[in-house]
Amino acid sequence: MVRKTVVRKNRYFDSVFLMQVARRIAAQPGISDASAVLATEANRKSLTKIGYAGDAGFDTAGPNDLVVAVSGDERAVDAVLANVEQFFTHATPIADAQPQRHSIAEAVAARPDASVAVISVPGEFAAREARAALEQGLNVFLFSSNVAVEDELALKTDARQRGLIVMGPDCGTSFLGGAGVGFANAVRRGPIGIVASAGTGMQELASLIHRAGSGISHGIGTGARDLSEGIGGISTLTAIEVLENDDATTVIAVLSKPPAAHVARVIEERLARCTKPTVLCLLGSGRKPATIDEAAALALQAAGVSHPAPARRSDEMLARALDQLSPERRYIRGVFAGGTLCYQAQVIFRDAGIAVRSNEPLPGMAKLANPDESLEHSFIDMGAEEFVHGRPHPMIDATLRRERIEREGADRSVAVILLDFVLGAIASNDPAGDLLPSIRKVQQQSPIVFVASVCGTDEDTQNFAAQTRALEDAGVLVFASAAEAAAFSLDVVRRLAERKELVHADQA
Amino acid sequence: MQTKLEEALRKPVFVNVGVRSFGDSLREAGYDVIDVDWKPPAGGDLRIADLLDELI
Repeated sequence: MVRKTVVRKNRYFDSVFLMQVARRIAAQPGISDASAVLATEANRKSLTKIGYAGDAGFDTAGPNDLVVAVSGDERAVDAVLANVEQFFTHATPIADAQPQRHSIAEAVAARPDASVAVISVPGEFAAREARAALEQGLNVFLFSSNVAVEDELALKTDARQRGLIVMGPDCGTSFLGGAGVGFANAVRRGPIGIVASAGTGMQELASLIHRAGSGISHGIGTGARDLSEGIGGISTLTAIEVLENDDATTVIAVLSKPPAAHVARVIEERLARCTKPTVLCLLGSGRKPATIDEAAALALQAAGVSHPAPARRSDEMLARALDQLSPERRYIRGVFAGGTLCYQAQVIFRDAGIAVRSNEPLPGMAKLANPDESLEHSFIDMGAEEFVHGRPHPMIDATLRRERIEREGADRSVAVILLDFVLGAIASNDPAGDLLPSIRKVQQQSPIVFVASVCGTDEDTQNFAAQTRALEDAGVLVFASAAEAAAFSLDVVRRLAERKELVHADQA
Repeated sequence: MQTKLEEALRKPVFVNVGVRSFGDSLREAGYDVIDVDWKPPAGGDLRIADLLDELI
């Protein structure tokens, strides 16, 4: 078994394509593992950690260089690396044999009716492309993160003046005229319009509405920072306005983490003037609706859709979970793909008076000193910048999340591992299947309770029912929403704490 | 007259810049997508890219 790397200077490929290349290489006979990544510092570090280092050019490679790392039988590894280019040319050619367009201006010249630019280039180049799109009269869906707040403000101000919108930066999902853009679930069209600065929040809300039998007219993502002091809700206000004028929308739901105080007032005043019923959910603000579930219920009610209350967690489930846990186990570790779902879980614990640490803490919660090391109760957002620089989001590539689950599972103080599984376009073809080997591995070593929720619908290619069943078959306790899964986990953690107090009282 | 934003909600036509699969999934869902074959400008040096923009 050998580990070797090759570096190609100044070769750019997007991270999703590189992951597909790595999978093709790993499938070759004699190869046990393969990575193809841009040589960012974080990627070089993680390759070094698993034993790759020292080959020519590796240590001096930079973020514009490509590194291919392969392990396996020496002959197979050498054969792959000698012909590594073939794995990069096997990619699907630009679709439909379109002539190649090298800029947004060229694309718009070819299709003057183009209306939306979907931009997912690395953050440092994103503002530049977004500017080019606005100049060409396009609305912008900006998936890229790591865009300076001054750039965001300039882009959104410019867009507003042109009668356009910038969705993002750091916008994961929108639904525009039935088209799911980015990480989007297959949801039916219906009366509820969503405006969300919270990406997986939008997915969860849209999926809950779909599963309740209704649908959404449009879902406009605005980017995580839109309601901050610095941006002032520019895109949120534009989105509310367009949905108010949209005939297909009868109810408008706005979902966000807590905005800056004066921005909250601006949004509230705008919604108060709205001619349609509205629902405002500011997760973590302490006001109702407090969860995405409650927001969905209110929006459905306003749309006149009657829907059955979702099945609740039961005492028997709780008793069974507690039975399998030994006394030294008392902590919860949340390993999330969805940032908003991580945030919502923290809100649910905070509101119950239980302190949780996170790499992305909400106000009042402690920040983990090292995002790679959990401590006591910890909720990790695996989609945070430190985990995705130069590699695909954990909803696409489960590698880091698998490793993290196995590490948390090896900690003898851990009682519960809380997970989210996010289905839909762009996401992995089998989110449950990606993590099940690690879940089973942990279960064989220790009696940890796995709690999960699945965000999606039966129309998603991954299929909500099939994913849920696969997890349940492996003994994972699956709940009807991320909020329900977090609430059940909270029940377990509370009861474990009470149990510990009883033991102490007995001993005293 | 419809604004470009209203147009985008009525019948969106997309220009995809960056991760190819974003465009592919829209295309598979039946929407029109034009791909831009994007590479970091000026070999990744933004300062030089901006200088070049000014010259053009």
